[in-house]
Amino acid sequence: MAIDILMPALSPTMEQGKLAKWLKKEGDKVKPGDVLAEIETDKATMEVEAVDEGVLAKILVSDGTDNVAVNTPIAVLASEGEDVSAVASKPAAAPAPSGQPAPVPDMQAEGMTDRSAPVARQGQDVSAPAAPAVITGAAAYSASAEIPEGTELVTMTVREALRDAMAEEMRKDESVFVMGEEVAEYQGAYKVTQGLLQEFGAKRVIDTPITEHGFAGVGVGAAFTGLRPIVEFMTFNFAMQAIDQIINSAAKTLYMSGGQLGCPIVFRGPNGAAARVAAQHSQDFAAWYSAIPGLKVVAPYTAADAKGLLKSAIRDPNPVIFLENEILYGQSFPVPKLDDFTVPIGKARIHREGKDVTIVSFGIGMTYALKAADELAKEGIEAEVVDLRTIRPMDTDTIVASVMKTGRCVTVEEGFPQSGVGAEIVARIMENAFDYLDAPVIRITGKDVPMPYAANLEKLALPSVAEVVQAAKAVCYR
Amino acid sequence: MAVAARKAGRAGAGSANKTTSTKGSARGAVPNIPQFDKSQDLSSYEDMLLIRRFEEKSGQMYGMGLIGGFCHLYIGQEAVVVGMQMATKEGDQVITGYRDHGHMLACGMDAKGVMAELTGRRGGLSKGKGGSMHMFSKEKHFYGGHGIVGAQVSLGTGIAFANRYRENGNVCLTYFGDGAANQGQVYESFNMAQLWKLPVVYVIENNRYAMGTAVTRASAQTDFSKRGVSFGIPGEQVDGMDVRAVYAAGQRAIEHARSGKGPYILEMQTYRYRGHSMSDPAKYRTKDEVTRMREEHDPIEQVRRRLLESWKLSEDELKAIDSKVREIVNEAAEFATHDPEPDPSELYTDILL
Repeated sequence: MAIDILMPALSPTMEQGKLAKWLKKEGDKVKPGDVLAEIETDKATMEVEAVDEGVLAKILVSDGTDNVAVNTPIAVLASEGEDVSAVASKPAAAPAPSGQPAPVPDMQAEGMTDRSAPVARQGQDVSAPAAPAVITGAAAYSASAEIPEGTELVTMTVREALRDAMAEEMRKDESVFVMGEEVAEYQGAYKVTQGLLQEFGAKRVIDTPITEHGFAGVGVGAAFTGLRPIVEFMTFNFAMQAIDQIINSAAKTLYMSGGQLGCPIVFRGPNGAAARVAAQHSQDFAAWYSAIPGLKVVAPYTAADAKGLLKSAIRDPNPVIFLENEILYGQSFPVPKLDDFTVPIGKARIHREGKDVTIVSFGIGMTYALKAADELAKEGIEAEVVDLRTIRPMDTDTIVASVMKTGRCVTVEEGFPQSGVGAEIVARIMENAFDYLDAPVIRITGKDVPMPYAANLEKLALPSVAEVVQAAKAVCYR
Repeated sequence: MAVAARKAGRAGAGSANKTTSTKGSARGAVPNIPQFDKSQDLSSYEDMLLIRRFEEKSGQMYGMGLIGGFCHLYIGQEAVVVGMQMATKEGDQVITGYRDHGHMLACGMDAKGVMAELTGRRGGLSKGKGGSMHMFSKEKHFYGGHGIVGAQVSLGTGIAFANRYRENGNVCLTYFGDGAANQGQVYESFNMAQLWKLPVVYVIENNRYAMGTAVTRASAQTDFSKRGVSFGIPGEQVDGMDVRAVYAAGQRAIEHARSGKGPYILEMQTYRYRGHSMSDPAKYRTKDEVTRMREEHDPIEQVRRRLLESWKLSEDELKAIDSKVREIVNEAAEFATHDPEPDPSELYTDILL
């Protein structure tokens, strides 16, 4: 009985990868545990091991093939004694729900997740071959007074943009250094600090022990003396261990010292839900930090904003909480090719113009907002999508101006509903544009539950495009 | 208790050095207590007296309602910070917890500015926004003044990290108490400091009570000099009531840290005469215990005796020092009483740069 060998996933968030190399060739005998092939993503390499015994009858995907979707059959294994040529000539079977071989869990789970687009959560066909998501054209980089007319745009992932931002600032300023778990030799748990150790050395790219509270305090102490640390949290979930140092030491000392002692530090790392990592590893902290005077809180969506805002954050004399998102790391966007591209902290951006309803979001929430705007356009509703980019200080003016134009508003975030960013936006609209509202504002948020593990429940716990569409129609009385 | 077991300075000034207890020290016996020359005795006397008189005045002003909130007095512990400061050089930093008035004065910060901060006035070192526990001076290399127990340990380790990063040869003195010594981030910091050989001296001021809890009721290991053993950090117990012992130990520790060998722990065995804060009646210990410490081990009285007996100062000369100190304190109190409160517009300044 022939067995299909399927493209494995390194993690629940991986959708595709490169089949780098076959280590067995057609006709080779294979025993369980034999390494058949190597696959790669932009972050990691892993070996595909055989689970069954047999003969490698046919290789379906050749060496060096990029963008092989997870669960695509990559080879056929014939049982001992089976007619190899008959097996080989058989058309490839459809991907099975639970294919073989299983991923080899030889790497730290947190570090190894990847996904080029959040489509899996919408329940779409993950086995379809997918090109890297590239958002192009005016929608991708609208507007902007932020870049000169005619600036060349280069496509890069959010991950690369963040890396470049750090590298550029480290070249410029000797007092900038990066510290955190696995940032140096491992090249970053999510490969955001890739290559920094090689360029800047161990003095400025510092692997810390797993000791968030302690190294956050060390970073803050160093910042008090005028150094500019970039403290990477492997995820912001772990920064809860360090939140005392972030709030009581980093955010408050300038005030408590009567303006003497500033704290020029960036705390950065992935925030919010990734995929299938359950409650303790899936939480959006935007609302938490945004409640604290003395902090700035930034949450970019596009690669250009990730780069420009991180550069601004590193230069900022204040503590900046820089909230990234694991799912966005692998997404590609056009980024202005400029020697020194920065984006100002505290300015929202109209990502897509429209006249009928304002959708305000930030970070990964923008993926729902933009897809919903596409859906709404098909029904003749022109949604204006505001990307907050900075949560604190919040750009109330841009939100209010848009709401004054549309008269209707929906907020979108993955965080919890109570006292969330959406709640704050609603309050500001009420305070500043009450008379312009034609309908009550609706908040679309993560549900008021700890994040469940089961795929179906997780999907229910997160916002969906359908919810955003429905809310937008509701405020338009459609 | 090593401090209680010791009979310091009974046999006349300067001759009772070897009675200093080092029992239980992680490093074994320390060398004999060095003699101070006259100028060292004089300067340490004056510095300690300033702290004593300042704190007495603070207590008085608290009682008058001029100082609000928490107010943690350093009375009894003066020898620790004064002896340590004598062992530093320009550029070395100091960071501590909330019992910080003495540290600020020892760092040379203006008594008027400290007192006016206690009373929440605009001329306070933090413009009245920080209060007793939150003052800083970049100029004097004093990094606070921190109200969260143990937080200063990671912060001080970070300051030491910056010293190593800049290769400036400075050492950060990081003070904390026997209570803070049980916080988790202390050990996270010990680990990193030794791993990276950071120039930091951890000064554990063991005043025997974490608020109202005696060390024996809160700590499984009451020899705090051993708290770095699992990281390979050397430590020693020091008679924190004898400024000479503190100075000598401080020199050893700072030299160790400055030479690139990494952190060093000094457990200062000391005693606070007052309660944890002004609102603490200190019912958890006997009056006799406090009286015994004051009569037999007072850090200022030890030096005073040496000044009279070894250096043959007259009572009048000592009175002159006392008057000078009182004048500084009275001037500070006067200023802090009459300086206006911060302008209401200050509410919204200094939040961001």
